[in-house]
Amino acid sequence: MNNGTIVSLIDVHKTYRTGEMEVPAVRGVSIEIKCGEFVALMGASGSGKSTLMNILGCLDRPTTGHYILDGADVSGLDRDHLADIRNRKIGFVFQNFNLLPRTSARENVELPLVYGVQRLTNAELRERADRVLASVGLAGREDHYPSQLSGGQQQRVAIARALVNQPEVLLADEPTGNLDSKTSVEIMAIFQQLNESGITVVMVTHEPDIAAYAKRNVMMRDGVILDDHLVSQRSNAATQLKTMTGSNASVV
Amino acid sequence: MTALGIIIGVGAVIAMVGIGNGAKAQVEAQIASLGQNVILIFSGSTTSSGIRTGWGGAGTLKIEDAEAIRREVPGVIGVSEEVVSTTQVAAGNQNWFTRIYGESADYFDIRQWPLADGAPFTSQDVRSANKVCVIGRTTATQIYGNENPIGQILRIKEVPFTITGVLTPKGLSTQGVDQDDIVIMPYTSAMKRVIGGTTLRNINVQIADPRQLEAAQQQIISLLRQRHNIRPGRDDDFTVRNQQEIAQAATATTAVMTILLGSIAGVSLVVGGIGIMNIMLVSVTERTREIGVRMAVGARGNDILTQFLIEAVTLSSVGGVIGIVCGIGASKVLSAYANWPTLISISSVAIAFLFSAAVGIFFGFYPARKAAALDPIEALRYE
Repeated sequence: MNNGTIVSLIDVHKTYRTGEMEVPAVRGVSIEIKCGEFVALMGASGSGKSTLMNILGCLDRPTTGHYILDGADVSGLDRDHLADIRNRKIGFVFQNFNLLPRTSARENVELPLVYGVQRLTNAELRERADRVLASVGLAGREDHYPSQLSGGQQQRVAIARALVNQPEVLLADEPTGNLDSKTSVEIMAIFQQLNESGITVVMVTHEPDIAAYAKRNVMMRDGVILDDHLVSQRSNAATQLKTMTGSNASVV
Repeated sequence: MTALGIIIGVGAVIAMVGIGNGAKAQVEAQIASLGQNVILIFSGSTTSSGIRTGWGGAGTLKIEDAEAIRREVPGVIGVSEEVVSTTQVAAGNQNWFTRIYGESADYFDIRQWPLADGAPFTSQDVRSANKVCVIGRTTATQIYGNENPIGQILRIKEVPFTITGVLTPKGLSTQGVDQDDIVIMPYTSAMKRVIGGTTLRNINVQIADPRQLEAAQQQIISLLRQRHNIRPGRDDDFTVRNQQEIAQAATATTAVMTILLGSIAGVSLVVGGIGIMNIMLVSVTERTREIGVRMAVGARGNDILTQFLIEAVTLSSVGGVIGIVCGIGASKVLSAYANWPTLISISSVAIAFLFSAAVGIFFGFYPARKAAALDPIEALRYE
């Protein structure tokens, strides 16, 4: 039905109003992202990439243009419907993790399930959250609080939270922005591994070496797409980790 | 700390209403101790050289009036002619200044005042004006201490009376008079041997059925006007009161007091509610990022609204429960130390709790709606 296209933006504009001034942030972007792609969205600050990310994440609606997500036009939906789309089809990973403090890793991961359409029992919630936490290498840390976890571990909890509802698209906004280089590679290894298993990943970054882990790079400037190309020399995070840390390398 | 306003408010409501209800119950108990379905007829006042005496001063009520009421008014089950005086009484080397009540044998039934010990005087004693009396607990203790007064001789104005019984204690009246500081004797004996005079201060009448009270009261009035030859248009030379009127006046006073205390407490509940709203607004601001995260993972506006409402209601309900405990505690302390009667009713506890929950909903709604209306992008970016 969607011939492999999961995300399709058609001439999307977004204009912010600050008083009398109209500030165009996105000025006519059309892009198609197919199932199983790993796209890095790049650009300087003010290039409109964050605004585009918010639209892709159904946090914001385009002023004009259409956004077809998984075969359905979501550009005209109201707040509650957008909330449902975010819950079912999109997983978010943020630069600053955005975990709930004073809430255990497991409860953080359970959060999207709580707001889901399915009514799950506590045991089911726990089982699913623990399974996803284990898949990002955090088995045994389910009861830790964010303050007890390192930055990389917190970001993995956030990834687990993004994955728990089995979304169509994983959206990551500068996922390595707050992490050191080694932890960044670890997170990229998880992303690449997830992408291998078939999950579509869209990631905003301004670091070219992080973008090099993606399959496709999209450059933005002044609200339009400047350049869109496939990555020829793709970095492999798992291999890099091995060479970086020698024998005691463990990705997940 | 947050719920302090609610705690104080609910506690105050419970304590205040408890005090109010306690006072009301006490007043009601005292009114009931006057007897059930009782009509009191007081002798009128008289004016002598421009000086008006109070009720009973004129001595317009005669023994024959009481007998006529007993004979002619239907539904009457007890009549007690009453004369009252105060005098010194003595026994052995002890003496005591107390009140002397002359009554008929019906008096103990009318007042629902049983004896703790011994026997009351009889109608025969009343007819023969025998020198017998029953005494109240206070009088008994003051004169006889721990001794049993029954059968002892009590000298009243140098007349020796035999004590036949001791009354059960009744405590203080609504006016604070010690009702147990009393000597009760046949009114005939009192009139002949102690007080003198031929007229009654008042007549106590008991009616069988409360529904007959009004009718009986009217009949007594017309009977007495007829007996006293009062022409139509002239004032009665006596006053008739029934116990319900007295009770209504007294309970109305305490009801006003309860409402007053309750509304003071209500004001502090509202203040507490504003405190809750304030805290919830601060909480919404502090947790803006959390709200953004929740929205990003799929929480609808209603989910956020519900969450914050539940938090506000939990906060105020916890405050309410603590307030109820504090209020009950305060009531008990007041009862114990200030000797104020308090009465905590289930309904006042329930109302206070529901009210505190309602305060939570009411004052929590605005912050919760504010949280639900947040823009997820703004909320996520909030530092």
